[in-house]
Amino acid sequence: MDIDTVLWSRLLTGLTLTFHVIYATIGVGVPLMIAIAEFVGIRKKDPHYILMAKRWTRGFIISVAVGVVTGTAIALQLALVWPNFMQLAGNVIALPLFMEVFAFFFEAIFLGIYLYTWNRFRNPYVHWLLTFPIVIGAGMSAFFITTVNGFMNQPEGFALENGSFAAVDPVAAMLNTATPSKVFHVLSSAYMTGAALLAGIAALVILKKGVSAYHKKALNLMMAVVLVFSALTVLAGDVSAKYLAKHQPEKLAAAEWHFETERGADLLVFGWLNDQLEAVGVLRIPKALSFLGFGDFDAEVRGLEEFPRDEWPPLVSHYLFDLMVSIGFVILGISLLYFLFKFWKKRDAYNKWLMRAVLWSAPLAFLAVELGWFYAEVGRQPWIIRGYMRVEEAATTSPSVVWLFFLFLLLYIVLGTISVIVLRRLFRHNPAEAELEKHLQEQAASRGGDAR
Amino acid sequence: MISYELLGITVLWLFLYGYLIVASIDFGAGFFAFYARLTKQDHLINRLISRYLSPVWEITNVFFVFFFVGIVGFFPDTAHYYGSALLVPGSIAIILLAIRGSFYAFENYGSKENTLYLFLYGATGLLIPASLSVALTLSEGGFIVETDGVVALQYYTLFTSPLSWSIVALAIVSVLFISGAFLAFYASRADDQPALKLLRSYALFWSTPTIIAALTTFIFLSQHNARHFDNMMDLWWLFGISVALFMAAMWLLYSGRRYGLAFICVMLQFLCAFFAYGIGHYPYILDPYITIADGATHESMGIALVAAFIGGLCLLIPSLILVFKLFLFDADYVKGKK
Repeated sequence: MDIDTVLWSRLLTGLTLTFHVIYATIGVGVPLMIAIAEFVGIRKKDPHYILMAKRWTRGFIISVAVGVVTGTAIALQLALVWPNFMQLAGNVIALPLFMEVFAFFFEAIFLGIYLYTWNRFRNPYVHWLLTFPIVIGAGMSAFFITTVNGFMNQPEGFALENGSFAAVDPVAAMLNTATPSKVFHVLSSAYMTGAALLAGIAALVILKKGVSAYHKKALNLMMAVVLVFSALTVLAGDVSAKYLAKHQPEKLAAAEWHFETERGADLLVFGWLNDQLEAVGVLRIPKALSFLGFGDFDAEVRGLEEFPRDEWPPLVSHYLFDLMVSIGFVILGISLLYFLFKFWKKRDAYNKWLMRAVLWSAPLAFLAVELGWFYAEVGRQPWIIRGYMRVEEAATTSPSVVWLFFLFLLLYIVLGTISVIVLRRLFRHNPAEAELEKHLQEQAASRGGDAR
Repeated sequence: MISYELLGITVLWLFLYGYLIVASIDFGAGFFAFYARLTKQDHLINRLISRYLSPVWEITNVFFVFFFVGIVGFFPDTAHYYGSALLVPGSIAIILLAIRGSFYAFENYGSKENTLYLFLYGATGLLIPASLSVALTLSEGGFIVETDGVVALQYYTLFTSPLSWSIVALAIVSVLFISGAFLAFYASRADDQPALKLLRSYALFWSTPTIIAALTTFIFLSQHNARHFDNMMDLWWLFGISVALFMAAMWLLYSGRRYGLAFICVMLQFLCAFFAYGIGHYPYILDPYITIADGATHESMGIALVAAFIGGLCLLIPSLILVFKLFLFDADYVKGKK
């Protein structure tokens, strides 16, 4: 019975986070794209880019709404579903949680202002400046909440006395060893995903209705961002792997099915495990794991055998890790290919196959974000605070958590479906070209009004 | 030198009060918008309501998260007791908040004129204060039992308690009263006479139940938690000021002038009552399990939180002033010219 409530608590939290991460990634990634588009538009005096910023904002606000309400849900569920975790860890992680809300507050205020002041300022840069607090607020909330997750992986900044935390140093807990690599990875992948989403939409319209000036510009701009941030994401992944090899070796070992400690360890790609826990059908890259972990082909990598069996992370994390990494490289490859085609004039960069690849990189990017979080969270099992508190000690004891899981599942299905319907309705019968025409007329009219 | 835990709870209480005001305006507006559509008067007030709410609905939500994260941060024991006991009512509140927030956005930024969305928006506006007020009822003690470290909520006691029902009633009617008073003020700023007439009648109508529910809550509290009641009686003068401010607001609304002052009176009326209630609760956060002194977090965290708080306010207050200047006190915007 007790184990059941723990399992359902995990499922409920996993469900909420899985759903929230989709909208949260949009929430962190897209504001930067809006800011870039508006800046380019003002700079080049090109109404296409201004319209881009406007249209993206309109879609963005719908996904923000879902992100806000699911974010509220996860903030409350932390205490409702994991009361003993919050009672213990609250002493150490309250500061970043608190500051995350501040960052969010800041973003919420300026998002409201940004939305309703498009034509209020004479100098267009004033309105553009409003994107700063939005981009910074979104990035800061990602930063603070990621430090909390970092703490759960790498608990620091306290001493343990009779089962409770003492001598707490909130700042040391926040800036724990896991924080830099995690924040880097989260932010770069969120920006990559935001750009991949908008590039994918432009590619979809090009596939359906042919190339137009507006969508060409949107695609070019976003693919450049994808290129930069997918390269940074690969770099961030490398930094994270080096962090894991040094500080959380059991997590990396589980992802790589690396059982025996050895020098010059091989990297295993995909495959499966047989009954004797031997990897079969894998693609073996000699000594690559040592290089990935330490930047040295002959470095020693610690294997799972060094850890007690009941502290092994689930071995399924291998697939999560491999899929995430593969998708990362695929997206980087697609953006490289796109610019190769653009500069190599003989080839048409807007051909059907490349547009399809760009279109697919949007859902793939989201999938990689989800897989990355699954790996980060599953790889930390059986701990909720690594080394200090196990998941089953932290969960609620209330059996109601079972039916709450299904209630929330229903809620997320409804919210997800309706948000997609509403988003489609917003843009389907309102193509960019028609809106641009209207936009230009309005501008002319207001200029005429000023003259009078 | 005031202790950090007392400073913490005071600030959190202020934030809860802030939420009470902004959320009441929001919740009540949702109900009025839906009611007006049912009675075919929506053309009078819907535009007015959505002009105010669209830029600020997200801010309202943050006030709530802020209080919640703050209380768990300052007093981690609250997570153990309230977290365990409130799993079901809290989750229901989350679901209602989720429906409400997203459907507001769907209706206002997405597809206009969807009556189902408006219904969900309006109905949840009354159910949320009801479900949230359960937490206030629990804090009075007697509804939570802890055996062997396992916390359980006594649903039967809760649902048969006249105190819990009068708190629910008080929450709902004061939401409608506060919202009516604010929207009347907003309509008068917009110089929108038909809307003003309608909203003024809403505010006047809901004032009487507010006072009745406040009285019954008083009476049932005296039977349920004599200590809290006696403490509050020592603060009789604060309640006296509160009643006087209520009368002043009523008179201003009734005579139909100075709506801004009337709303300020309503705000101060609730501020006095809310703080008298809160001070009377001292030293308990959850009677009898958590006191302010014992339940507080470590000193270093408490000080860090207070520091973060002051830093945060330095960012927030100017930004909030900017929002108010742009959307509340800019007469042209309110009238719909911008």
